[in-house]
Amino acid sequence: MGRNPRSLRLVAAVALAAIVAGCAAGVRSASDALDTALTATPGDSARGREVIAGRDGNCLLCHEVPRTGVRFMGNLGPPLAGVGARLTPGQLRLRLVDSKRLNPESIMPSYYRIEGLVQVAAAYRGKTVLSAQQIEDAVAFLVSLR
Amino acid sequence: MLPRSLRHACALACLFVWTCTQIGPVFAADAERPSPLRSGIEFTSADVRSLQDDDFQNPGMLWVTRGEELWRVAAGKSGKSCADCHQRAETSMKGVAARYPVYDAAAGDVVNLEGRINLCRTHRQAAKPLVYESENMLALTTYVAHQSRGARVEGAVPTELRASFERGRERYRKRIGQMDLACTHCHQQNWGRTLLAQTISQGHGNAYPAYRLEWQSLGSLQRRLRACYFGVRAEMPPYQSPELLDLEVYLAWRGRGLTIETPGVRR
Ligand code: HEC
Ligand code: HEC
Ligand code: HEC
Repeated sequence: MGRNPRSLRLVAAVALAAIVAGCAAGVRSASDALDTALTATPGDSARGREVIAGRDGNCLLCHEVPRTGVRFMGNLGPPLAGVGARLTPGQLRLRLVDSKRLNPESIMPSYYRIEGLVQVAAAYRGKTVLSAQQIEDAVAFLVSLR
Repeated sequence: MLPRSLRHACALACLFVWTCTQIGPVFAADAERPSPLRSGIEFTSADVRSLQDDDFQNPGMLWVTRGEELWRVAAGKSGKSCADCHQRAETSMKGVAARYPVYDAAAGDVVNLEGRINLCRTHRQAAKPLVYESENMLALTTYVAHQSRGARVEGAVPTELRASFERGRERYRKRIGQMDLACTHCHQQNWGRTLLAQTISQGHGNAYPAYRLEWQSLGSLQRRLRACYFGVRAEMPPYQSPELLDLEVYLAWRGRGLTIETPGVRR
């Protein structure tokens, strides 16, 4: 290949363009936070714990979460101990609202999205899993996990 | 004109892509089947296993006994019982469940074991079909499937079943319900992990009809599948709908080689 410097330059330029384009796309999808709160009322950490440990959020199906007083917890997702130190409130909010914006393959349900769902049972159709206030409350609890 | 080295590189790349498209389906098919293949019973606790293993304790055996009685009861205008045509189920029904679902040319459709029993009811006995998931249907299905206990699931996909199989395969990967999850997310990608307190198995049908402690009753494979739909907050397809039959066809292929356990016991 070294025998033809011009074609080499061409290949290099194309590769560089591809890398730049790829990174730009990466940055866009990794705009990985929703910094604006969904409600005017600030999240309540105690209520957030109920959301997370109770039937509404059902997060313990997949996550080990400290301070819930529950014995059996699932492990399809990572343990959430210390998550408040790892992620900002905005990052946490985005993960609850719609984790598929970060990872389209994610198995974590989108807790505040109704578009794109199919074959939803009648009782839940057109409804988000959690309300906007429940998302804010859950974020407040997660922030406290440090 | 591209330099020679670049042409070579292109040719190699093309060859690679072509090879991938040729062997792709084989790879994909293997990645679809859990390895090593393990029955759901292996993921249950010791008390559930011992219930299943002991015929005197296995609650599902009640349905086997009831099915054995029904086998000899004449029904419909024909005045015939199952036994009148099939004699001893121990011989005539041995290995049958391991081959189901099948494509039935006369019906022009996929037929599972329950469907076959009802075809005999309507066409051979001139009797009313049994209601799906009724006690009598469960008893007869369990009795017939029990004759294949220990046999290996065949899971063959002959040409006539291909279309159904492909629909089932697609279905298995389709995200549904408010939880937006597909079968494959739990039973292929995450078997062996725990969902709250339950270990997720590979999701095979080899134990069904099975007695579930949660139901305090015996139920069909389709009842179990509907429970999974319910779990992801999805609309449940009706019993014997094409959607569930296609899934049964796919599940048989996915679990081929497993041993039939009917009547299984599950949490
Ligand atoms: C079906 C399983 C499942 C459920 C239910 C679930 N999650 Fe997750 N969660 C995951 C997985 C898997 C990940 C890893 C990232 C990914 O794959 O998207 C994750 C990631 C996260 C993260 C990021 C953790 C980190 O360290 O980066 C947070 C925070 C989180 N989940 C919170 C929750 C909360 C709160 C709930 C309940 C409202 C919940 N999850 C419900 C599966 C689940
Ligand atoms: C959220 C996770 C999840 C999803 C999605 C899911 N299942 Fe299940 N499934 C379970 C759990 C939990 C059980 C009970 C424990 C076990 O045997 O895995 C189960 C049990 C089963 C069983 C019985 C296994 C046995 O040996 O008794 C079958 C068959 C099955 N599922 C098939 C399916 C099919 C087909 C789909 C898609 C329509 C599906 N599941 C979707 C979690 C799930
Ligand atoms: C009048 C005779 C007759 C009666 C009564 C009858 N069957 Fe059948 N059955 C047949 C014939 C013939 C076949 C062969 C397949 C067909 O239907 O074309 C068959 C097939 C079957 C098969 C499938 C076997 C295979 O190898 O695929 C099952 C299972 C079965 N019958 C169960 C029953 C049960 C259960 C009853 C009683 C409720 C019953 N049959 C009553 C004649 C009968």
